Amino acid sequence: MDFLRPAGWEEALAAKAEHPTAVPIAGGTDVMVEINFGHRRPEYLLDLTRIPELHEWETGEDGVRLGASVPYTKIMENLRAELPGLALASHTVASPQIRNRGGVGGNLGTASPAGDAHPALLAAGAEVEAESVRGSRLIPIDAFYTGVKRNALQPDELIRAVHVRKADGPQQFSKVGTRNAMVIAVCAFGLALHPDTRTVRTGIGSAAPTPIRARAAEEFLNAALEEGGSWDSGKAVTPSVAQRFAELCSAACAPIDDVRGTADYRRHAVGVMARRTLTWTWESYRDTSKGAS
Amino acid sequence: MTSPELSTAFEQGGTPTGIPAKTTQDSRTRGGIGESTLRPDGTLKVTGEFAYSSDMWHEDMLWGQTLRSTVAHAEILSIDVSEALATPGVHAVMTYDDLPTGVRHYGLEIRDTPVLAHGKVRHHGEPVALVAADHPEIARRAAARIRVEYKELPIVTDEASATAPDAVLVHENRTDHYCAHVPHPNVLHRQPVIRGNAEQAARKADFVVRGEYRFGMQDQAFLGPESGLAVPEEDGGVHLHIATQWLHSDLRQMAPVLGLPPEKVRMTLAGVGGAFGGREDLSMQIHACLLALRTGRPVKIVYNRFESFFGHVHRHPAKLSYEHGATRDGRLTHVRARIVLDGGAYASASPAVVGNAASLGVGPYEVDHVDVEALALYTNNPPCGAMRGFGAVQACFAYEAQMDRLADAVGMDRVEFRRLNAMSQGSVMPTGQRVDSPAPVAELLRRVKEMPMPPERQWESSEGVDLRQLPGGLSNTTHGEGVVRGVGYAVGIKNVGFSEGFDDYSTAKVRMEVVAREPVVTVHTAMAEVGQGGVTVQAQIARTELGVTRVAIHPADTRVGSAGSTSASRQTYVTGGAVKHACELVRERVLEIGRRRFGSRHPGWATAGLLLEGGKVVTDGGEVLADLVDVVRDEVVEVEEEWRHRPTEPFDPRTGQGNGHVQYSFAAHRAVVEVDTELGLVKVIELACAQDVGRALNPLSVTGQIQGGTTQGLGIAVMEEIVVDPRTAKVRNPSFTDYLIPTILDTPTIPVDVLELADDHAPYGLRGVGEAPTLSSTPAVLAAIRDATGLELNRTPVRPEHLTGTA
Repeated sequence: MDFLRPAGWEEALAAKAEHPTAVPIAGGTDVMVEINFGHRRPEYLLDLTRIPELHEWETGEDGVRLGASVPYTKIMENLRAELPGLALASHTVASPQIRNRGGVGGNLGTASPAGDAHPALLAAGAEVEAESVRGSRLIPIDAFYTGVKRNALQPDELIRAVHVRKADGPQQFSKVGTRNAMVIAVCAFGLALHPDTRTVRTGIGSAAPTPIRARAAEEFLNAALEEGGSWDSGKAVTPSVAQRFAELCSAACAPIDDVRGTADYRRHAVGVMARRTLTWTWESYRDTSKGAS
Repeated sequence: MTSPELSTAFEQGGTPTGIPAKTTQDSRTRGGIGESTLRPDGTLKVTGEFAYSSDMWHEDMLWGQTLRSTVAHAEILSIDVSEALATPGVHAVMTYDDLPTGVRHYGLEIRDTPVLAHGKVRHHGEPVALVAADHPEIARRAAARIRVEYKELPIVTDEASATAPDAVLVHENRTDHYCAHVPHPNVLHRQPVIRGNAEQAARKADFVVRGEYRFGMQDQAFLGPESGLAVPEEDGGVHLHIATQWLHSDLRQMAPVLGLPPEKVRMTLAGVGGAFGGREDLSMQIHACLLALRTGRPVKIVYNRFESFFGHVHRHPAKLSYEHGATRDGRLTHVRARIVLDGGAYASASPAVVGNAASLGVGPYEVDHVDVEALALYTNNPPCGAMRGFGAVQACFAYEAQMDRLADAVGMDRVEFRRLNAMSQGSVMPTGQRVDSPAPVAELLRRVKEMPMPPERQWESSEGVDLRQLPGGLSNTTHGEGVVRGVGYAVGIKNVGFSEGFDDYSTAKVRMEVVAREPVVTVHTAMAEVGQGGVTVQAQIARTELGVTRVAIHPADTRVGSAGSTSASRQTYVTGGAVKHACELVRERVLEIGRRRFGSRHPGWATAGLLLEGGKVVTDGGEVLADLVDVVRDEVVEVEEEWRHRPTEPFDPRTGQGNGHVQYSFAAHRAVVEVDTELGLVKVIELACAQDVGRALNPLSVTGQIQGGTTQGLGIAVMEEIVVDPRTAKVRNPSFTDYLIPTILDTPTIPVDVLELADDHAPYGLRGVGEAPTLSSTPAVLAAIRDATGLELNRTPVRPEHLTGTA
């Protein structure tokens, strides 16, 4: 195994172009586990730890450009207001030690359905900034996950950053695991209210071959909120609407039985999380809109 | 450390006999028994500086690697090592055919485990071949190049498949001493315990409850993986530095396989990172020595976490059927039980686990009519053996669930029902053994019941919701929605020490000498310090008995006699007893020297009951006769002695009658849980424990043992389970990613109430501590979850799908 250590971003892109099979490694919290377990033995490892810009983030007028290697700890500590859903998700990643090393770029690169960042990125409507020697492009998160542990990156591309719009409304993230910390998701759910566009977006983790949105549930809820004039009135979401939303979120899942949980449980739990996070976000929206009026 | 009193006396140039004076409080020995002296290894472990067995290094050493079977049950048609052997950097490849002698099996009691598979593998992960290479990665790759051709055989995985008429036999042609008593060759051992007439008594029961219970396979999950370093010696022997629970048991099994006389196999204990029963059996001991002797180079083997799950036995999964009866006024009439333990492919400690499950199967209750049968199966599942609680754990889970259900049937409070039927000193066990030391079962239950309750809705504070106090924790699954509190109680009984007639002794060598004008005691035993704190207690005993401050604990090795196993809650009792005994003999010798030297100068020397305290010889009235330095001078007083507890008897193979156990240990728990009833997530808020320890030699260590055992019991209640695929008998979750153990956020507050009712038969009246809290913790948590959910929950661990109807 060759270990490539580019000193800068341009050098890294060149190395990736020259060795498209090279596996990028930053925090190492995914890649090293795979290597230690003997699950993979890449020909080249491409070490990105010496590239400072990957560890930086910029907060602009509308959004955050989050470097691929910004560790989860930094997201929790510094971006709670701008990216509340991702900050909550970051807090559920493994242990403090892992959160000090791992970042969103690794989650996206591995593209495991169980990655904790995915539901939050889906709900927020993020874009992945991918770059190669050929140039740079923004991949909408909805088009990023292409299969089990597969993503839309070309072999010569590296993840430079993630672009996430600043939250324009409440966001929530919930994750079920069979212990109360340091656990891989049995399933997870992200929900973001977008009052600016009067839409909601969802993200579901570990309950389908890829991270997914519950589109039918979103459409149902968008219509119900619109119809009731709820965005303006701030009136409570009725239990029947919440229940229907939960059912549609469950129905969006395509889970499997595995050693971490049953498919039935995953569907059930996604529904419960959908109902609860809807209640929390909507109550929070009502509180803020009341405060504003 | 220097004792200021002594150095002052010396500087003052006191006469050899010293000036007789009353001892003061200040001159008493410090750091003796009853004090919470700190562990010598504690700071090193917490700061990461402690040298564990996996940290060892030797110049020129090679790395060993084990190739393991990828299938559970198969004939081995061929093994081709040529490619592995040709790998540059590889120094040896060994298979069964390369073993040096005709002794090619080992085992704790029954030698049924092949050192390397011969013709057949019987479980997933069985060792097949060994490689030694310059680098661990080379060894791993070379092992992967060994070609093993398997022809798969049918598997047996449970009682039905194992005892079917046409069942494939896991071991053909058994000759062990249990095989004559078993109903089927795939039953390893079966032990009935019959007392009174349960069938007749059942007719007098006003209430009868029956239940079927299942207990999952728990792993010891020690953090230091199996590892050791074998160094070939000039005399043709080998020196193994090893993390184990019992050096001499390893040695006894290893030497014949290596073809060496026992004295040429030297063993030194290396830093042990936890054990919990998982290091009672051999793992890489013989393998490392074989490779070292073959290559003439030191060989180190360290399992990674994945391999560790295959490298040691686990707690027996069990299926338990119980029938309990009671009269209208709440008295137990009878208990009938059948406990089927899955022993897996090899015997390990299964026979003794069966003995425990059978003899302790009704729990700490008075029942005159008992009909219990416990058995262990041979299957193609991973081998199971010793783990903290050892057969008593599985039974406790079932009988405590039964006691709740029976209390409900009778219409009594669950705790009061237990207290009414609780055994006490003088009670007779189902084995016919009279309990001749305190058995405060009712009192322990009373104490946990009367502890203050944690506040309701403890997650609410002025600052909002504290997620850490809720089911799901920081995963943010509930802010209180669906959360219901439940409370449950349980109590258990565990034997201390090895039972059923085993010659359960320990050996201690104790030396006193004067070093730098100070009396110094060295304690040398072969006791494996696995984290239990035995070395702390040994030093405390030496200080108490010999009145010195400075005690050195010699590294454990086989240059001293056996200390027995660090298991069965026995080391403080048995090796502690041996150290105490050896110290007493050293004291006698020291006093003899004193009498010889100074006897004529003071009449006190002629009195009985002289003590060594604060570095001095004192009369029982407290009068100082001499400084120890002046008595011992340049002599070295050394004693090595074996010490035994009261003998036990085997159980009758048909009735289970016999004085099989030396001591019993009791703990009770109250569990308070919050259950998210919609998501099936559990947060254990508090696990209060009351335990009788006879005498707390080190109160801090006692509390630590109780809290640790309690937490390990919580683990099997709500998360820990090795999942074995019933179709393939392969392990599905051999990693800490999917074998979950409690984190600090899963660990509740554990208030501990320690009773000290002396057992007059034991050293200092002490009672073994380590295992009892593991028993009652699990059923208490299960009872609390049942209380919160109203579900039956006859299986442990409880998973979210069991609580939500989505299993």
